[in-house]
Amino acid sequence: MAYEIPKITYSGKIREVTAGTGDKAITVGGETAYPFHLYEGQMPNLPRLAMEVYDTPPEDWPEAALEPFKDVVNDAAAWAQKCVNEYSAEMICLQLTSTDPNGADRPVNEAAALVKKVSDAIDVPLIIWGTANHEKDIEVFKAAAEICQGKNLIIGPVEEGDHKQIAGAVGGKHILAAQTPIDINLAKQLNILLGNAGVPDDKLIIDPTVSGIGYGIEYAYSVMERMRIAALTQQDAKLQFPIICNIARETWKTKEARISEEENPTMGNAGKRGILLEAMSATLLLMAGADILIMRHPEAQKLVKELIKDLAA
Amino acid sequence: MGLTGIEIYKLLPKTNCGECGVPTCLAFAMGLAAAKAELVQCPHLSDEVRIQLAEASAPPILPVVIGTGESALKIGGETVMFRHEKRFENPTGIALLITDEMSDAEVDYRLLKINELVYERVGLTLRAELVALKSETGDAAKFTALVNKVKAGTEANIILMSENMEALGAGAKACAERKPLLYAATKNNLDAATALAKETGCPLGVKAESIEALTALTEKLAGAGIKNLVVDSGARNVKQALQDQLIIRSAALNKKYRPLGYPTIVFPCEMAKDPMQEAVIAAVFVAKYAGVIVLSDFSGESLFPLLVARLNIYTDPQRPMTTKQGIYEINEPDENSPLMVTSNFSLTYSIVSGEIESSKAPCYLFVKDTEGLSVVTSWAAGKFNSETIGSAILKSGITDKIKHRKLIIPGYIADERDAIAEEMPGWEIIVGPKDAADLTPFLKNWKP
Ligand code: B12
Ligand code: SF4
Repeated sequence: MAYEIPKITYSGKIREVTAGTGDKAITVGGETAYPFHLYEGQMPNLPRLAMEVYDTPPEDWPEAALEPFKDVVNDAAAWAQKCVNEYSAEMICLQLTSTDPNGADRPVNEAAALVKKVSDAIDVPLIIWGTANHEKDIEVFKAAAEICQGKNLIIGPVEEGDHKQIAGAVGGKHILAAQTPIDINLAKQLNILLGNAGVPDDKLIIDPTVSGIGYGIEYAYSVMERMRIAALTQQDAKLQFPIICNIARETWKTKEARISEEENPTMGNAGKRGILLEAMSATLLLMAGADILIMRHPEAQKLVKELIKDLAA
Repeated sequence: MGLTGIEIYKLLPKTNCGECGVPTCLAFAMGLAAAKAELVQCPHLSDEVRIQLAEASAPPILPVVIGTGESALKIGGETVMFRHEKRFENPTGIALLITDEMSDAEVDYRLLKINELVYERVGLTLRAELVALKSETGDAAKFTALVNKVKAGTEANIILMSENMEALGAGAKACAERKPLLYAATKNNLDAATALAKETGCPLGVKAESIEALTALTEKLAGAGIKNLVVDSGARNVKQALQDQLIIRSAALNKKYRPLGYPTIVFPCEMAKDPMQEAVIAAVFVAKYAGVIVLSDFSGESLFPLLVARLNIYTDPQRPMTTKQGIYEINEPDENSPLMVTSNFSLTYSIVSGEIESSKAPCYLFVKDTEGLSVVTSWAAGKFNSETIGSAILKSGITDKIKHRKLIIPGYIADERDAIAEEMPGWEIIVGPKDAADLTPFLKNWKP
């Protein structure tokens, strides 16, 4: 039997979505094959990494994650600039933790002003991430979208419970990240609902909800693979969107990212372990179809960036 | 089986004698096609047909065993491209490189790592299960000495690496009883390698400069009766190596292309410039289809995440790992010790029980059957709530073991507290911390 490279015939294509504006705008999506199946199709826009910035100094981060940002944790704009200037961040994700009504409950106008400040401090695309408290997220997103008109932000999470209000206020002007709990049917359903609520196809990305290595990453992995199969080989138009994965905080919050080497010598250096948990989790998600990964540690970001370059070289 | 029922039927005697246990040859053919019957059940097959059918029914990616006994590593035998279709069968073996140019101290240190970097997780033991011994010098005596040292120093399975047949042969003789993987047969040494594999009965690695060249070698080897193969397409950059893994798996499964129907071996040790980068590259090949990966080095901080990543990718997607429902006694509890409840997802159980153990506080932990879902997931799915928790605990017999009537519930299901109290009259329901990692201070303040 003669050898012949087996090729899958793809009938679909992932939509292209552009975030940000001007020279530094970033387009993701456009794939015509499974992740890195470059002998079968194209990935015209390689996956991109966003670096996280918090609106309030993190309290519970392991030392290794905090270290690089010690001088900027009190100033989200300076933090964002540091990520862009020192670590060549391609995008920034501002985590609006302090808006949580069950936490600091930062008022809406303050939060929006901070979004504006961060957005003005950088020229790369900005992602803003709420706390999944629907009432508060709706208000914060509305205000932030208004004050950042024309910036073409990515805004998430948008869930079934708040999609109508968010789509109504923000849809079309910025990009929405539609989040559902690790379920392909729920993801599709929410994308349909957002379409019905007037969100155009080029302003939508999927957040499948992810967790890190050791905490159920295999569920997200398989759901993402199934999304790509449906999108690329079964013409499922409502799943043909880029995928965003908020992976950093899922890895750094785990016990395994904290245990010290003294406490458990077989686990090795805690800082490097944290970095590798983040980078390897991101790697698995890349293999499953991630288009945007939200990263934390500069080293992890660098490792994954290099990997993407090598995989597509 | 690669053939359809009808195709198989054409090859059968068509006498409908019934000796195979089903009334007709057609029924037997259908059974074979569905892998519900076995060839040996029909006594009337000619040798020729028997061989033909056996070939067609061999798994599309042959399983290969490296090593012997309980700790032998089984690779290959995979049947799907995507893990949601059916579980991946045999986890990628992880090998640590040791060369004959390393100092004795370095070799000892590496053996220590292989033996001692072992982790318990969700009731399983995780470790790297191979050493890859490489002859850099080509010196047979030196290689033999290394093999003997390693053999005495670890039970780990062995890969012998040399394209120099003299060195490889010497190494193989020194540890043939451990059934090492002999790496590698190439186009330059094919006859000698074939002979060595035949003589020792060991699995054989095959290396070529491309997939196409590889198929020529595996066809020759198969022709010589050697199918205990592990294949290497020769790619040493990440991009090409990944493409090759994808192509080999797809050719074997989707095209039933026999010459590529073998497990693979991949060398991140030759693709990276530092150990961190190498670990990340290794993760690519754990997800995408390597049978074995060889690492230039590892330590706890890189091996642990890699082993857990592998565990995750290779878990059964249809059935989450579970722990049995019941009362678990931790740190020798007595009648005044606290009682807690959690779900029966293995991960949840192992995290919570681990935290309780390290807190040193004697406790009863009641594990509720939630069909393998975590606390938050099962609560969201309505499988871990007042009705199910209350009655299960009351029926568990715990009331014979404790004097108090207090139950600690996970912080994430705080909303259920009042409803559980209603189901359990006379009990006080206490909301614990959200994260089990905060249990130690919480348990310090416990009073019955
Ligand atoms: C993996 C996952 C799944 C997997 C299931 C994994 C499993 N075997 O359980 C799948 C994909 C199947 C799934 C399904 C669903 N999921 Co889900 N899932 C997750 C995910 C990503 C991780 C869950 C996990 O494994 N956590 C790790 C374990 C160890 O956590 P845990 O059991 O809660 O234990 C911790 C604590 O509770 C505490 N603890 C545990 N026991 C005890 C005991 C005591 C005494 C104390 C003090 C503490 C304590 O310590 C542990 C460590 O901190 C989370 C989101 C996330 N990132 O957390 C969503 C999440 C839990 N899922 C969610 C939902 C809604 C669902 C679905 C209902 C959605 C649907 N498709 O319909 C289904 C329900 C399943 C069904 N229909 O049967 C929501 C729940 C929202 C809510 N709060 O109500 C979440 C939070 C996602 C989200 N943000 O929307 N899910
Ligand atoms: S034993 Fe063989 S010949 Fe007889 S019925 Fe079965 S398949 Fe046919």
